[in-house]
Amino acid sequence: MTTGNGTGRPLLEVRNLVQEFVVRAHGGVRGGVVHAVSDVSFEVRAGETLGVVGETGSGKSTMVRSVLQAPPPKSGEVWFQGVDLATARRRRDLVAARRQMQAVFQDPYGSLDPKWTVFSIVEEPLAAYRTGDRRQRRARVEEVLDLVGLDPSVFGDRKPGQLSGGQCQRVAIARALTLAPALIVCDEAVSSLDVLSQAQVLNLFERLRTELGLSYLFIAHDLALVKQVSDRVAVMYLGTLCEVGPAEELYRNPLHPYTKALLDSIPSPDPERPRPRVPDELAGEPPSPLDPPSGCRFRTRCPRAADICAAEAPPVRAARPDHTVACHFPLSPVAPVSPARHGGDGAAD
Amino acid sequence: MTTQIQPDAAARTGDPDAPLLTIENLEVTFRTRDAPVHAVRGVDLTVYAGQTLAVIGESGSGKTVTSRAVMGLLPRTASVRGSIRLGDRQMVGLGEKELRKCLGREVGMIFQDPARSLNPTMRIGSQLTEAIRVHLPLDRRQARERAVELLAMVRLPAPARRFHEYPHQLSGGMRQRVMIAIALACQPRLLIADEATTALDVTTQAQIMDLLLDLQQRFAMGLVLISHDMGLAASYADQVAVMYAGRVVERAPTREMIAHVRMPYTRALLDATPRLERPPHAPLPVISGRPPDLRALDPGCAFAPRCSRVRERCRQERPELAEHQPRHEWACFFPCADDTIPGEDER
Ligand SMILES: Nc1ncnc2c1ncn2[C@@H]1O[C@H](COP(=O)(O)OP(=O)(O)OP(=O)(O)O)[C@@H](O)[C@H]1O
Ligand SMILES: Nc1ncnc2c1ncn2[C@@H]1O[C@H](COP(=O)(O)OP(=O)(O)O)[C@@H](O)[C@H]1O
Ligand code: SF4
Ligand code: SF4
Ligand SMILES: [Mg+2]
Ligand SMILES: [Mg+2]
Repeated sequence: MTTGNGTGRPLLEVRNLVQEFVVRAHGGVRGGVVHAVSDVSFEVRAGETLGVVGETGSGKSTMVRSVLQAPPPKSGEVWFQGVDLATARRRRDLVAARRQMQAVFQDPYGSLDPKWTVFSIVEEPLAAYRTGDRRQRRARVEEVLDLVGLDPSVFGDRKPGQLSGGQCQRVAIARALTLAPALIVCDEAVSSLDVLSQAQVLNLFERLRTELGLSYLFIAHDLALVKQVSDRVAVMYLGTLCEVGPAEELYRNPLHPYTKALLDSIPSPDPERPRPRVPDELAGEPPSPLDPPSGCRFRTRCPRAADICAAEAPPVRAARPDHTVACHFPLSPVAPVSPARHGGDGAAD
Repeated sequence: MTTQIQPDAAARTGDPDAPLLTIENLEVTFRTRDAPVHAVRGVDLTVYAGQTLAVIGESGSGKTVTSRAVMGLLPRTASVRGSIRLGDRQMVGLGEKELRKCLGREVGMIFQDPARSLNPTMRIGSQLTEAIRVHLPLDRRQARERAVELLAMVRLPAPARRFHEYPHQLSGGMRQRVMIAIALACQPRLLIADEATTALDVTTQAQIMDLLLDLQQRFAMGLVLISHDMGLAASYADQVAVMYAGRVVERAPTREMIAHVRMPYTRALLDATPRLERPPHAPLPVISGRPPDLRALDPGCAFAPRCSRVRERCRQERPELAEHQPRHEWACFFPCADDTIPGEDER
């Protein structure tokens, strides 16, 4: 059903995405250019979930917003269903794409208008796109509320303030589903929920993926959670992608020193496992995106850094099938430099 | 660097084996416009010097209300019954001023949202200096020195410079470090961290936890970690108490707890936690439903409506927390089988 298009191209293809913000100095705060996303390329294939992990400030949300064109990126291409959103001049193309790409954000209460009922919140996109008549819209709203596990007769008339965090998030998901999108972008969509609501919503995402053939771009800082839902995972650091690969393999056998550091920081419910260790290099804050390090952006915290890391940005290398890494000294031997794009057609072809 | 901060906390305790904090049969009820909310319904907890106790439970289970009761930070609509003893001093019933005086030096608390607990219009340094001078008889210069020292102790990068910055100029992790510095200003014997790392990413969380445990060892502090994350509890706590609907439903030393979970609710929390060991797309085993309405509780086990092991007795009678095995307490009539004991299953 909701495949990208007939040509075998990915549903979403992002190339050389750049987003920067000019900040003015004020009250002792430095001004300059924030290099929030720098030359990022990746793709989301039809029916798959691409997870994105990275520390706070690494640019995950900025990347997502650039993809959604809110605001549009400074440069780069965002191909969605065969249309480059970044350059699409025809309003019709953009409008069509926006319908097919919906987003669910972190704050369950903040993202819903507190004065609206659940029913009108979920109906809103249908009304905005003037889809169907009153009765058809009502049927669709009831259908999607059912789909996310909210009984329309119980919850339809409630307002967000009368819902739990998990229920609010279901409403946000229902709203994202009303227009039958192909791609759902989740930015920390379950991060503020406790473990039981989180598990319920994650299972819901999975059910929708198999039942409706949805694809997801799934951003979260919790690596175990991202693994739970992802086919492939991208690791982001200070505005760049370090490594992109199949979830299982990337977690079992990370190639980038930063990926490994992230994995070592995770607490496990198994007390026999060693306590998470932060390598000394990772202690302290990442450098400011106002003034990112030359060469490899991770070099100021990397235990493997050498002179070349400061001089040259590491090229993206195809390490294993469908697994790319941007590092001069990856943790396992990889093939000599062959030009590739993250998650792109690199080694797979 | 930390010469002035003496690990005198242990000395102050007197008997090292005496508990720092003893909560007995704590009940907290909020008056609301309709029926009263029974947020905490008979909680017992004990914290020793140098010990880390994790309090786990889903949102609304009463973790925050319990810790706010210890801090005397509940709104006026709350009525508190039972006993909260700090050392051998009874806190329940003390007047606000007396309470502040005892608590100030003894207990520090770190809240979930560092952005909201810092004053956005005040420089970091002034907030910290103020906190220090409330509790310690230092002049402004001494307090300043102490403040910079505390910022260095919580490993804030470039502490002397940060001193003059405002909260919005710091990242979430840095703000949380400042909150810890403020909580430590008075060298408390007990530190309560309420979801202190929930909003932080994993590397920052690991750093903050390292820091907390290190400080705890150095000053022989008691540490209460409040969280809904079993992984965090298993990695850092000596003992785990699980709360449901305002009561402690299972409690044991961490290893014992994770290896031999008996209470079906604890089992549900553990099962629903995403783990790196699981393959992608494997459905998470999760119970449905929500915690009960705390205004109108049925007489039986509060978990009964969601429990897979429920039987008639559970709806009639309330299971009490009891030590069924050495140092392992649970409140359940039909606990999960301990799969390490062959053939044991009450069902
Ligand atoms: N409008 C803006 N103006 C200036 N700087 C910005 C703006 N939006 C984002 N940034 C900066 O860009 C960088 C990336 O921010 P972003 O919100 O994308 O991070 P993130 O990876 O989503 O972090 P988190 O995990 O905390 O959500 C940060 O340094 C941030 O301060
Ligand atoms: N000021 C208040 N008035 C009424 N009910 C409250 C108040 N504060 C907390 N509660 C209720 O007490 C219960 C426990 O809350 P809390 O301790 O914050 O849970 P958590 O375990 O998530 O920290 C919840 O049902 C909550 O709604
Ligand atoms: S390129 Fe160099 S600095 Fe960057 S991650 Fe690899 S080894 Fe470390
Ligand atoms: S007492 Fe009964 S309902 Fe309650 S947890 Fe045990 S088995 Fe379940
Ligand atoms: Mg973000
Ligand atoms: Mg709480």
